[in-house]
Amino acid sequence: METSKLSSAARPSRRSKWWLEPAIALGIAIAFAVIMPFVLPVFRLKLLGRFVALAIAALGIDLIWGYTGLLSLGHGIFFALGGYAFAMHLNLQLPEGEIPNFFSLYGVEELPWIWQPFNSLPLTILAILIVPAIVAGLLGYLVFRNRIKGVYFSILTQAALLVFFNFFNGQQELINGTNGLSTNRYEIFGVASGSNEAQLVFFQLSVMMVWLTYLLCRWLTQGRFGRMLVAIRDDEVRARFAGYDPTGFKILVFAISGAIAGVSGALYTVQTGLVTPSFMEVAFSIEMVIWVAVGGRASLIGAILGALLVGSAQTFLSEWSPETWLFFQGALFLIVVTVLPNGLYGWFRDWAIPKLRSRLGLQPRLITYPDIDLNPEVQQEHDELDNPDR
Amino acid sequence: MTNSTILTASFPFPCYGSPVMTENIATNILEIDNLTVSFDGFKALNALNFSLETGELRVIIGPNGAGKTTFLDTITGKVQPTQGQVRFKGRNLRNLNEHKISRLGIGRKFQTPRVYLNLTVRDNLDLACNRHKGVLQTLFGKPDHGERLTVAGILETIGLGAKANLEAALLSHGEKQRLEIGMLVAQSPDLLLVDEPVAGLTDEETENVGNLLLTLAENHSIIVIEHDMEFVRQIARQVSVLHQGSLLCEGTMDEIQSNPRVIEVYLGPSEEEE
Repeated sequence: METSKLSSAARPSRRSKWWLEPAIALGIAIAFAVIMPFVLPVFRLKLLGRFVALAIAALGIDLIWGYTGLLSLGHGIFFALGGYAFAMHLNLQLPEGEIPNFFSLYGVEELPWIWQPFNSLPLTILAILIVPAIVAGLLGYLVFRNRIKGVYFSILTQAALLVFFNFFNGQQELINGTNGLSTNRYEIFGVASGSNEAQLVFFQLSVMMVWLTYLLCRWLTQGRFGRMLVAIRDDEVRARFAGYDPTGFKILVFAISGAIAGVSGALYTVQTGLVTPSFMEVAFSIEMVIWVAVGGRASLIGAILGALLVGSAQTFLSEWSPETWLFFQGALFLIVVTVLPNGLYGWFRDWAIPKLRSRLGLQPRLITYPDIDLNPEVQQEHDELDNPDR
Repeated sequence: MTNSTILTASFPFPCYGSPVMTENIATNILEIDNLTVSFDGFKALNALNFSLETGELRVIIGPNGAGKTTFLDTITGKVQPTQGQVRFKGRNLRNLNEHKISRLGIGRKFQTPRVYLNLTVRDNLDLACNRHKGVLQTLFGKPDHGERLTVAGILETIGLGAKANLEAALLSHGEKQRLEIGMLVAQSPDLLLVDEPVAGLTDEETENVGNLLLTLAENHSIIVIEHDMEFVRQIARQVSVLHQGSLLCEGTMDEIQSNPRVIEVYLGPSEEEE
């Protein structure tokens, strides 16, 4: 009953080779992390490392927007929180008893309590994950519990972004306000974080984090949970009447997505050497969405590629002619929305690859109408006629 | 397996949990007392009393604006009653969320088919079939053997076995209707609420859906809201007529059709309600 041509093709035996995909992804990641430092000059590698870090945030956006259908325009908050957490840890790598320099500008003599936990690296790593997740979870709880969706959700996330932006800008005495925190001079494991060696490690760490985040997202989006996310995107009311409480699902995914953005922000910060409230500018959070839209919504590979491609395009175009980049970015978004609604990856998957297959003669040739030849019910009857015993 | 299976297949679906109907079905599964729902003073339901026996198939008809959909909304928790109460298996449903009411065993089908378009037919059923619908249980749980059997059984009964791995977006309107009914059954509810299941279907599909509902009625309590009188005649045993938010009369189809008040509502000044 369940074996028709389509179904056997559409459902390869996933269980027997579950490790294959993570292994291939790991192979690609390691190759990328090892080969790139040899191919690229130091300056380029540093840029690439930043884009790789941004690709992590793109995965988070894809999870909440591509799969669950919630367009967050406030991921800059979580990105910046992760960045600040790591920068605060680095800024505390000082001789015993000293506090970071900028405090003296504002007459602060004691380390504020909020800085205390960042003395420890494990706590800092925990904070990079937990703080954005808690903020996202709280925001999500307030928004989703009241069944705010669609555009109103997007507007609220953007409003929250502005609140955080202004708050961080105003906190000179706490986190150096608009100037932000620089990290390059400070040491981590005895090496200056701005040195080439440390930057190489950060690059490779970013690549590995992309791999880990990819695995996490892959695990979340396949299986029942992932299908539930798509179900929420497709018809939340139906899900509710089917006995699911979409609120819980949305809060969890939003929190995870926030934590992912936090990791991204931390790695981005150490590779740019500076974290400032400008991470929470509106345009930047919208850019994150553009990466995913360009790469392909609801496909994890698409999100990664989108961030890398748009990032690289931005670099090359702004080197070539700095004024045109913004126009180009706008045009890119327009083209993607109007011509490639599923992004570049979706275009490859749905159009280019089938086209290529048919050019190479790999597609089964249809004699009658596709409607008839590919109809599963017709196929099944064919099968039953061919083997009447079954 | 073709569509015609529906006509003959009984419903021996291997569902878990769903309590087997016992012989003494005299108890009421649903009781509604003096239910009033008003929206800004407009009374969509007005002091409505209604009860449904366990295992009964009831059809509710009524002119436009009679409050039929509000009636279902109130049972399923989408709308809170202004006054009165809804009791399901003796339990008051006031202040329960939609998903909690659903988990108690009330399944609802909407007027237009609502399925998850980007999921396959099988995954649609699998999600409905999931026994543990909490966030973490859904994340860490795996479909067990019983659930897979249930899904396979339902696929056969709704005649979508061959299309199990197609995205629901590719189904026709009638197939989506059947899929949604299948999803309801997969939830293994005790009470099915079905809102205009044959709107926009061809005659053949209408008959299929009718037979599907009759099969389901063998071990579920069902409330069907319908406009199509042909269809009502096909499936109805007991009919309730709703008018201006309250119950006008109840009885068999023949009694209803000869009731002068019903005739007046339907043929007489029915334009007023539009």
